[in-house]
Formats: sequence, C-alpha cells, structure tokens
Amino acid sequence: MQTQATQTAAIEVDTVSKTFGTDKALNEVSIRIAPGEMVALIGPSGSGKSTLLRHVAGLLAGDRDAGSVRIFGHQVQKNGTISPDIRKIRAEVGFIFQQFNLVGRLPLLTNVMTGMLARVGTWRSLLGWFSREEKERAMQALDCVGLAEHATQRAGTLSGGQQQRAAIARAMEQRARIILADEPIASLDPESARLVIECLAALNRNQGLTVLVSLHQVQFALQYCVRTIAMKDGCVVFDGPSQELTPTALRNIYGVRKSGVDLDGTAPLHIGVRPEPALLGAAA
Amino acid sequence: MTAVTSPHKIPDTPLCRKLLRLLAGLAFTLVLAWAWRGAEMRPLDLITYSANMAAYVSGFLTPDFSEWPQYVHQTAVTIQIAMWGTLLAVIGAVPLGLLSATNVAPFWVYQPVRRAMDACRSINEMIFAMLFISAVGLGPFAGVLALFMHTLGTLAKLFSEAVEAIDPQPVEGIRATGANKIQEIAYGIIPQVVPLWISYTLYRFESNVRSASVVGMVGAGGIGMLLWDAIRSFNYAATAAMLIILVAVVILMDLGSTCIRKRFI
Repeated sequence: MQTQATQTAAIEVDTVSKTFGTDKALNEVSIRIAPGEMVALIGPSGSGKSTLLRHVAGLLAGDRDAGSVRIFGHQVQKNGTISPDIRKIRAEVGFIFQQFNLVGRLPLLTNVMTGMLARVGTWRSLLGWFSREEKERAMQALDCVGLAEHATQRAGTLSGGQQQRAAIARAMEQRARIILADEPIASLDPESARLVIECLAALNRNQGLTVLVSLHQVQFALQYCVRTIAMKDGCVVFDGPSQELTPTALRNIYGVRKSGVDLDGTAPLHIGVRPEPALLGAAA
Repeated sequence: MTAVTSPHKIPDTPLCRKLLRLLAGLAFTLVLAWAWRGAEMRPLDLITYSANMAAYVSGFLTPDFSEWPQYVHQTAVTIQIAMWGTLLAVIGAVPLGLLSATNVAPFWVYQPVRRAMDACRSINEMIFAMLFISAVGLGPFAGVLALFMHTLGTLAKLFSEAVEAIDPQPVEGIRATGANKIQEIAYGIIPQVVPLWISYTLYRFESNVRSASVVGMVGAGGIGMLLWDAIRSFNYAATAAMLIILVAVVILMDLGSTCIRKRFI
C-alpha cells in the first residue's frame, strides 16, 4: 500500500456516500485508479454506477458527513462541498454520456470545439473567435474518430453511434487526461457499440488516457478492460482483474433475477438486456 | 339493427355530478347575460341602421389614393418605428428572458425580473406612448419607446418560456467540459432556443407594425395620425386607401417572415 500511496492516483474516491431521500445510492464507496488504467464499472441498473461517475466529475455532491474525491491529487469535492476550482478540474476530465449530450443544432465541428471552452476566454468564446490552429485540432479529433467528412453537419442529424464518437472527439479536444464514460454504448447497435468502445480503448492504449467506463454488457468489460469494478446497491462488491469475474461472481452481482441469462460464457453475455415478460408471453 | 350486448355495464353518472353540471351551466349563462347588459349589445341596430352601413361601405368601396406619396411615406415611418421598437426590445429581452427563466437564474433573481416584465406587459402601448410624448415630445421616437417597453415585457416572458423548455442534457455536456455559466448559456441553451426566439420576434414585429399604426393617433408618429384625421372628418375614401396600404404591408411582411423562419428552423 505504501508504494501505491506515493504515486498520485488518477481517480481517488474515498468513502463517498450519497443519499437520495431515504435511498442510499452510494454507500461509503472507495476506489483508486492509477494513471493509464482502463477500468470497467459494471452492476445492475440502480446500483450507483452513474451516481459514482457524476461524483467523480463533480456534477453531483456527496453527502455532507464524509468522503472526498480527488483527480490527479486535485480535490473535486470533500464532505459534500464541490471545490471552487471545479471548472479547471472538469477540463481535465472528459465525460461521455449515455445520451451523447451534444448540442443537436450545432455543427459537429462546433460541438467538438466546445471541448476547449475552459481554455478559451469567455469573450472570445462568446464571439466564436476560434483560431485556425484550434479548428485544425478539432478536425484532427474528428478525423481520429472517423467523422471528419461530417464536420459541417448538425450533430442532431447523425446516428447515435456517430454522435457518441463525436462526444469522444469533444473529450479529446478538451485534452482530457481522464475519460469517464457513463454507459456510452447502452443505446447503440452492436456494431456502433464496438466502434465506440474501440475508440476509448485506442485513446487508453495510444495516448495513455485513464478510462473509467460503466457498461451493461459484461463481455465488453472482459474483452477491453483488464480491471473491473462491480457495484450493487451502492456498494463496491468486486474490484479486481476482469478474468476473475466467474459466472458465480456475476450471478452474485446481478442477483437471481438474471438466472435466465446464460452466464457460462458460451453465449454472448447480454446481462443488461432482459427479455420483457410480456413479449415472452406473446411468443409462447 | 341488433343491439350490441356488452359484458361490461356502462357506469352511471352520479346524480350529484349531473346537478353540479346543470348548476355550472346555469351560472355560465347568467355571467354571459350580465356581460350582455354591460356591453349594451344591440344586434338589431345592425339592421335598423343598415342604410348608414351601406353609406359607410360604399365610401370604402371607392378608395382615394390621390395623396398616396404621403400615405406611403407615413407607412414607411410606421414600419421604421416598429423595427426599432422591436430591435431594442429583443436586445433587452435576451438577458432579461434568461434572468427570468427558472432553470438559469435563482429564485431571488427571476422573481423580481418577472414581476418587472409583468409591469411592462400590463401597460398598453397607447398609454406608454402618451407617457413618452410628455417625456421626449411628439413624434416617432415616443412611439419607438412605447413599443419597446411593451414588447420588452412580452418577449422576455416568451423567451424565458422557451429557455425553460430546453433539453438539459446538452447543457450538462457543455458543463462537463469545464465551461463557465456564460459559456453554458451561449453554447448549450442559445442554440436550442434560437428558432423559437426568431419566431417570436418576427411575430412581435408584425404586431408592432399594427400597434405603430395606432400610437400615431396620440401623436407618436406614423400613419396613425393621418388615419385618425381621415376617420374624424368622415373621409372614408382616404381611410380605405390607407387601410389597403396597411393590409398589403402586413401581408408582405407575413410572407417575408415565413421565408426567414424557414431558414432558421
């Protein structure tokens, strides 16, 4: 532990709790992710994955009594108070949302350039004066995710997979050192999902970005992430090498209600997708 | 015809509800009757004085365009008043509309701003015109200020409603990049509301041309002055000519604004 403590962690969450009403969404969660890791965050719906990611980005503040979040040693929040420097820290963190959260009416290139708003002065950004170099960087980022030819198209006219890759380009434009992805592929078709997750894996591999990605599809976690953190009812119930996620371990995480899903690894593991009972009835 | 037999019994309306409906209907009729008396409604007069009506209409049927250069000039002044009244109102309504939106400003900001905008809106342009005439004197500038005040109140309310109806997700996306509040508004909110804002502005511009033709009646510039003189001297031929010009202008502007709207939506 001593050697780990001397190296600054990319993400350090220390006993953070979050209560919504009477519901404990996070229950004394502590995680530590070293720079350059790509970590999957799995768990059933409502287990606290999104809430945890939002706390790391300082988009949500934890409960008042205890807990802190640090990114590269900079305080994001402590005891339920978000740091006054949060904007500077957020600029280091690219956040990928399930619903992409691009501005649909703006061209893709402008959407990507919003990634550097924190670096550009308020007045210059209000007037839309971006330098040639800044535009070129944005084009490079778009090229990197394979969308350069759509630069002038409005974001809202593109497919979900394309929008999500544009969101990744925005995070690249931000020169983020960490990417937090909140179920980035949950609303995408399998091929688009694979492209998006490969984009993230490439950033991790080639540029050394730290990636924490929450996933519904366990097979992606196994395939792309060396380490997996599993959550259930607001607690971390597994944190270790993805290989150690045995069918029994997964059954414990997802509970008995997933027993209909084949967890032996012979069939694709679509843990998140449960057939609707009504549909089953109709088919029978 | 065979009666449809349903296995379900159609639920009866309870008696007390039927009575309540009857009472509500009765009360509504009474209110209308009360208003009828107050408004001195005399539909029969339309028939009794039909000869007068015919004289009116025949006067209008022969519009007199002999003074057209003056009419066109004053109509142009009317549009110019409407343009500047609307433009100044838009400039004011952008910040004030944002400040009166519940998802942008805190409670202690949007409440007072909204009440101030209510005040602007509740006072008619004609009253503002008379007030500004005593402040800046007779002429079109008083009309511009009158339209500005009233339109500011209306547009700020409409703008803030558009802001409150936006999708919050793109704004969160911008926030997550480390952008500040002003950048969040400029890049996350404004692009979403621009089509509606333009639509509201064009609509208000059209109604301001109508209003600008009236503020002239109290001396605040535009065709209203000429119109008022013509009506008071029973010069229906001239009145008809001016009204035709006004209607034509409003139709042209409607066509123009439809084109502009299409480009932005």
